[in-house]
Amino acid sequence: MSAAIDVRGLRKSYGEKLVLDGIDLNVAEGTIFSLLGPNGAGKTTAVQILSTLVAADAGEIRVAGHDLHQSPEAVRGAIGVTGQFSAVDGLMTGRENLILMSDLHHLGKQEARRRADELLEQFDLAEAGKKLASTYSGGMKRRLDLAMTLVGSPQIIFLDEPTTGLDPRSRHRMWTLIRELVAGGVTVLLTTQYLEEADQLADRIAVLDHGRLVAQGTAEELKRLAPGGHIRLRFTSPEEFTLAGQVLPTAVPNPEALVLQVPNDGSVHALRDLLARIDDASLEVDELTVHTPDLDDVFFAVTGQPKSEEVTAR
Amino acid sequence: MSTTATVRPMADIGTMLRRNLRHAQRYPGLSLGALGMPVIMILLFGLVFGDTFSAGLGGGANGFDYIDFLTPGILLMSIASGTMSPAVAVCMDMSEGIVARFRTMAIFRPAVLTGHVLGNVLVTIVSLALVVGFAVLIGFRPNASVGDWLLAAVLLIGLTIGLTWFAIALGLTSKTPEGASNVVLPISLLLPFLSNTFIPLEAMPSGIRWFAEYQPFTPIIDSLRHLLLGTPMDTSSGWLAAAWCVAIAVVGYFWAQSSYNKGTVA
Repeated sequence: MSAAIDVRGLRKSYGEKLVLDGIDLNVAEGTIFSLLGPNGAGKTTAVQILSTLVAADAGEIRVAGHDLHQSPEAVRGAIGVTGQFSAVDGLMTGRENLILMSDLHHLGKQEARRRADELLEQFDLAEAGKKLASTYSGGMKRRLDLAMTLVGSPQIIFLDEPTTGLDPRSRHRMWTLIRELVAGGVTVLLTTQYLEEADQLADRIAVLDHGRLVAQGTAEELKRLAPGGHIRLRFTSPEEFTLAGQVLPTAVPNPEALVLQVPNDGSVHALRDLLARIDDASLEVDELTVHTPDLDDVFFAVTGQPKSEEVTAR
Repeated sequence: MSTTATVRPMADIGTMLRRNLRHAQRYPGLSLGALGMPVIMILLFGLVFGDTFSAGLGGGANGFDYIDFLTPGILLMSIASGTMSPAVAVCMDMSEGIVARFRTMAIFRPAVLTGHVLGNVLVTIVSLALVVGFAVLIGFRPNASVGDWLLAAVLLIGLTIGLTWFAIALGLTSKTPEGASNVVLPISLLLPFLSNTFIPLEAMPSGIRWFAEYQPFTPIIDSLRHLLLGTPMDTSSGWLAAAWCVAIAVVGYFWAQSSYNKGTVA
């Protein structure tokens, strides 16, 4: 069994609104797979369906080798879910929350306590363990949430926007935790609206837009889909800008910003070539930046829209 | 955890019950209200209004002390008013991410709601004991045998289980906790007041009397009076009382479970 998650033709609509329009996914065991898309793309619905929370309208779904429609309980036994909204019990302490999970996994009293303390330690919550979870900060709640997901040692973990709303420090901490999970052999399906997050963590990325997968591949493969890189040259005077436009006829001008975008693959050879031409013409360049295609370009390229406000690289 | 982990209903229900009891301990407002209200009712109607009611009914209700007449009805009122807190609690629970988590775990499916029901049954038992205690203090003198007490207890607990499932089903239909507390009002107010709790059926105006005669509380109160005080009763009332308890429980249980599983892969 090499596919942890295998989905064909997944469809779901809520009333008139089509949320998922025929999705195919294949997630290999022991990898991080990211569903990337703006708000309303259908990411959360996909996670809810794959984690047995919501029934699909159509589609063949196998999770951890089990058919989701026929044996949802077997699927539930293999997965762990950390949703977008914190799934901790606010009226219980962090430690009690973890023991609750251990009890539901029938770990036994001794083992439950041992596992709870171990996870509190691992997730840097040892001190907070005695406090009610409702008093935790956003980052602490997320960590407790993930720790609770890990109590049953699931084979497959769903993380729905695990870092949304976290400050940069908490986000990096969460990333480290996620990487450690996969090092331990777990498969992770992660949704995110942050391109940087998918780029940082995921082995494979699927771009979801309006309920359709518009692109799928490794971060590198996706970047290849985007139009090539360019060199951005900014000038101080309109005269220099006009002159440069004549010297570099392939450049795309932006007269208002006095910026030229020169198509360039960013290699040393191409760069040296460009610099030589700038020197030959004695151009006064105020600023030079090399732009290699990133996932923002990919998103733009595959959805055909400028990245909306929701989709920003933080 | 292995994927073949077997579901263990009793263990999971026990875990959920412990969770609910801990909530009651951390957030005692709901359960304290459920405990205090019936005690206030028995004191108010037994001591303050009792004499007047009794006089209005022609010097004693059916020929025995008003407090004896009143207590069985107040016991039902405790059960009825106690249904509000699980309805609100279950509604609050559903809006929390933790229940979504439970739904994605391989735990005994009905355990989450059953934990709420059992938690409320325990609180209600305490409340019933308090009411009986205070009633005895102000003059309640049952002449029941141990067997009668046991039957009465079975009937009361049976009704508690039934009404709690029903109230939880109602709570699950509500979007907000406020809505949940309103939607159980017919159970917690209408049924106890429009029954023979305070006055015998014969003393009621005809329209209300018709309702009181056919609603579930009246035969249950009749059966309790028969068991605790030895008042005369048709055996059919006893069976009717038991049938009502079972019917309410069955409808409430299946309605609640289907609401809980709605839209998911059950």
